[in-house]
Amino acid sequence: MNWGYLASQLFQTALAIATAPLLLGWVSQCRAWLQNRSGPGVLQPYRVLFKLLQKDAVIAHNASWLFRLAPYVVFACMVLAVSIVPLVATDLPFALAADVIALVGLLALARVFMALAAMDVGTAFGSLGARREMLIACLAEPALLMVFFTPALISQSTELPVIVDQLAHRELRLYPSMAFAAVAFLMVLLAENARIPVDNPTTHLELTMVHEAMLLEYSARHLALMEWAHALKLMTYAAIGIALFAPWGIAAAGEWLMFPLAVGVLAAKLALGGAGLALLETVSAKMRIFRVPEFLGMAFMLAVLGMLTWILVQA
Amino acid sequence: MSPETVADFINLLASLLLLIAFAMLAQRRLLRLIHLFALQGFVLALNTTLVAATIGHTHLYFSALLTLVLKVLLLPWILHRLIDRLNVRWDVETQVNLSTIQLVGIVLVIIAFNLALPISQLAGTITRGTLGIAMASVLLSFLMMITRRKAIPQVIGFLAMENGLFFAATSATYGMPMVVELGIALDVLVGTLIFGVFFFQIRETFDSLDIHHLERLKDK
Amino acid sequence: MLSLQIILAVAIYWIALGVAGLALRCTREAHARLFFSLGAAGSLVLAVAALPALSDWPQTLVLPLGLPDLPFHLRLDPLSAFFLLLLGAASTGVSLHSAGYFQKGGGGDIRLVCLQYHVFLAAMVMVLLADDGYLFMVAWESMALASYFLVTTDHRHAEIRSAGLLYLVVAHIGAVAILLCFGVLQLGTWDYTFAAMRDNALSPGWAGVAFLLALFGFGAKAGFLPVHVWLPEAHPAAPSPVSALMSGVMLKTAIYGLLRVSFDLLHLQIWWWGVVALSVGLLTAFYGVAFAAVQTDMKRLLAWSSIENIGIVLAGIGLTLTFHAYDMSLLSAFALAATLYHCLNHALFKSLLFLATGSVMHATRQRSLGKLGGLIRRMPWVAAMALIGTLAIAGLPPLNGFASEWMLLQAFLLTPGLPNSYLNMFVPVATAAVALVVALAGYVMVKFYGVVFLGLPREESLAEAHDAGAFERLGLGWLALWCVVLGVTPVFVVAALDPIAQMLVGATLRNMLGQSSWIFLTAIQPEHASYGPMVFLLVIVGVMAATFLVVRRFYHGRMRRSAPWDCGFLGLNARMQDSAEGFGQPIKQIFEPFFRIERHHPSPFDRAPRYASKLEDNLWYWLYLPIVRLAERLAGLVAVLHHGRIALYLVYSFVTLLLLLVLMT
Repeated sequence: MNWGYLASQLFQTALAIATAPLLLGWVSQCRAWLQNRSGPGVLQPYRVLFKLLQKDAVIAHNASWLFRLAPYVVFACMVLAVSIVPLVATDLPFALAADVIALVGLLALARVFMALAAMDVGTAFGSLGARREMLIACLAEPALLMVFFTPALISQSTELPVIVDQLAHRELRLYPSMAFAAVAFLMVLLAENARIPVDNPTTHLELTMVHEAMLLEYSARHLALMEWAHALKLMTYAAIGIALFAPWGIAAAGEWLMFPLAVGVLAAKLALGGAGLALLETVSAKMRIFRVPEFLGMAFMLAVLGMLTWILVQA
Repeated sequence: MSPETVADFINLLASLLLLIAFAMLAQRRLLRLIHLFALQGFVLALNTTLVAATIGHTHLYFSALLTLVLKVLLLPWILHRLIDRLNVRWDVETQVNLSTIQLVGIVLVIIAFNLALPISQLAGTITRGTLGIAMASVLLSFLMMITRRKAIPQVIGFLAMENGLFFAATSATYGMPMVVELGIALDVLVGTLIFGVFFFQIRETFDSLDIHHLERLKDK
Repeated sequence: MLSLQIILAVAIYWIALGVAGLALRCTREAHARLFFSLGAAGSLVLAVAALPALSDWPQTLVLPLGLPDLPFHLRLDPLSAFFLLLLGAASTGVSLHSAGYFQKGGGGDIRLVCLQYHVFLAAMVMVLLADDGYLFMVAWESMALASYFLVTTDHRHAEIRSAGLLYLVVAHIGAVAILLCFGVLQLGTWDYTFAAMRDNALSPGWAGVAFLLALFGFGAKAGFLPVHVWLPEAHPAAPSPVSALMSGVMLKTAIYGLLRVSFDLLHLQIWWWGVVALSVGLLTAFYGVAFAAVQTDMKRLLAWSSIENIGIVLAGIGLTLTFHAYDMSLLSAFALAATLYHCLNHALFKSLLFLATGSVMHATRQRSLGKLGGLIRRMPWVAAMALIGTLAIAGLPPLNGFASEWMLLQAFLLTPGLPNSYLNMFVPVATAAVALVVALAGYVMVKFYGVVFLGLPREESLAEAHDAGAFERLGLGWLALWCVVLGVTPVFVVAALDPIAQMLVGATLRNMLGQSSWIFLTAIQPEHASYGPMVFLLVIVGVMAATFLVVRRFYHGRMRRSAPWDCGFLGLNARMQDSAEGFGQPIKQIFEPFFRIERHHPSPFDRAPRYASKLEDNLWYWLYLPIVRLAERLAGLVAVLHHGRIALYLVYSFVTLLLLLVLMT
């Protein structure tokens, strides 16, 4: 057991857990600036989390053990997910445990627990949220798989570290197939992370909610864990996108000297990505829930086009 | 620019062309359809210029210029005037079974790619890899013509098909003889003008541009 | 060396058990407890005996029964050993559960049910051991008949009788096709032993005919499209342990038959077989899951879900055939391992879920999803084990469903190496169909678990529901345990499946397994992909525990109960949560062209407005009803001969006699 590798893994995990709310805060702050508001500051999610942790948990009379277990399961899944993606280093020990398909399965596990917990209390909004979330997930998974096909074909592997290695060391060329896959991935990211135009993360109107509707009955530490898991999920998806489409600057595990550079590059990429996400959210309007299948269908088509273009022209 | 970069760029433009063909298949709004058509013409002209600059055939410059003038400026202008006078500028067409149409489109793309593989091995141009994309654009535009209900999107599909054919010519044989190109350009222009006249007639007779009304013309 | 004899002895033991049960007179509870537990013991012995045979040389035996020149040939090779292991493992759990289930209710005379149940099990063993066409068909028919009697246990209800009849008819259509297939395979030598069929060299044309007949014949039993119509009727009609056995094990005997014919008895595989199998499999899977999403009856939902999983298995077989036809043996072995793994997993988690529905039906007397809900509080054990089953069938790590689906998706990802460029481009798009099916399966199972166990009870009587008894818990627990174990040790499972791959496609996965450690399962090469479910399990449980402790340590664990928030709405009742139809509505809307929906809308002038919506299978109307009408018309034509006048019947006999006399001389 290489202690250096293990230490790198723990470092990455701890860094991710600590800074995931910062990413969410940054995106909200950029949105506020774009909408000409002063915004609550990038540290607001931390304040919310610590406030929630101090409160007493209030749980419905008829909530079962599944309801209380789900936040821990979801949080644990997201922590594992963010440990697997190469954020600051490739070749981490946990990265062998899952390739992209297993990663998608892990995210699905978290989602199923969230949906079941939403149905547990028996309210209309919980069922609504669960149903919509599972629908979006159903349609996003084929698109996501197709998006992964193109990098997998290029680098002959579905392991994220191998993909990063292969893509980072190729000459800087313009790959149309990867461009298509990138747009498709962005669309899937918006759908899975409950961002506009698929779902509004700041809405207060219950009938427009998808993700928020599943969290309505949670309070205190349970809600804190769920929100933290949501932030970790966005960070995971961002990291997957960076690993597939902008993989330069990721260190190898054990190279401690490269870590500050890797962390800096990651921060820059995430800042840029967050600002881009905020811009996208500001210029788009949320769409009707039954337009979402078309949206995801388009993502699927783009991803398939990308893959076919690679098979045809090798570019 | 190094040859690889040029080849990359050409591939990128070709993929963009395919994307535009798909986007036209799924686009409901008439105005955006015309803009997409203009964009397709622009990408085509850019592609032809790039190929001309790489291999130095001057007649391709003229082709690019012709494409630019005709497909990016003149035809969209005619179409804009047409939709203004027909009062269908803000038309939004309902499309049933969008997912099925897109799936059929994907199948057509696969067929086109596979058909083009042996041919592209025989051709001697630098753009031979994109022959499959050109054929796919033609097929997709044809599909668009089949699945549309209103008359103007059908015509735009026809024009897009011509774009695809032009691209196929560029990628397989470095363009067609100038005479042929001028002849096709004239045909397309005159054709569009005649279509415009027909649209007014259809609207006079049926009070709508929905071509399903033409079925009423058959003998009972 | 004794495995074959032990297994044969278990089959005979089961039949003896059933017959002895007929003779004994005791109370229903005692009868169920005694005989089904003894049956479970037999299953366990079967599984243990089959395990060493997985990696052993084939053993054969000839019994002095059967036809004069065709005695019963038996053979135990790795393929049959695997399916026997599957049968033993699944039926142990099912028999244990039945010991508790049949104590009360389940309908019918317990002695007859016990006999039919064990004859069913014994017949399946004989199907798996058969090494000649005659024994195979005898065992196949016994299996069909025994299961027919089990399906119609509660024969007082008309729909159960008609479901049984439909099952029998389709099973026999399949049996005819299988017979024809054997007829083609024996190639005029009149020798129906499998050993002789293996030596026959068929031309590609006849081999294709044999393959298609096998696909149709075994498909009628397995539930491929379009001969799947009996499955959603018969499986819900049977008592739950029988449904579990049918869905979990009987469908797999059909898969065994297909594998035996396509890979063992036929020597060459042609690429278009693989494409046909792949397409039929994907269509079946998609059809199954779309229909499962809109069901309102617990057991019908699970039956359609079985169709979906069988479709996935067939897609895997198609992939194996395609790779093998192009001589890519290693990939073919990988795809075959994934398929067999999925068969085993499905047997376990589907049986678990059907048994759980049995316990729920026992406790609540309801099977419609519209009358259940909130059972997690009244039946915690059943709910916990059903949760494991649900997570497994939804294909979630680290359980067994995900391991086999991961392998299958990896096998699909390897297809761009195929020589045929059309296949190269089409199959990746088909992969997306698999991903869609898997995702929809997750949707369906969230609906199933959520509507049955979670939320508020939709009926008053659910408050009296009691948890399952000891035997039922034991059966459920056995299956749930294996779902988890097989999920976290995929390397061992694939290593166990290696001899089968070697036997059928001629390639071994030993190199691949040698490169993966015992924790991580790799796909072909470690750089290509790897998956370590043990890491998943340990890290998730570890982080959960750590988070729990950290939060408790630095903050607090205070909690109080209150009314649900529900956005401030005070009058929460059970009608407000999603019904089964409601949860399936988005799928119904998006995939509407696949269903046949008859809606009755109220008009503005109705005194008592009523909305009704009926959802049915299109294939029944397009395919089966026309055939049934044609058969009826033909029968009507023949019925012209029935006058009832004796003189005319005598004339028929007279004319026949005259004709024979003329022909003889």
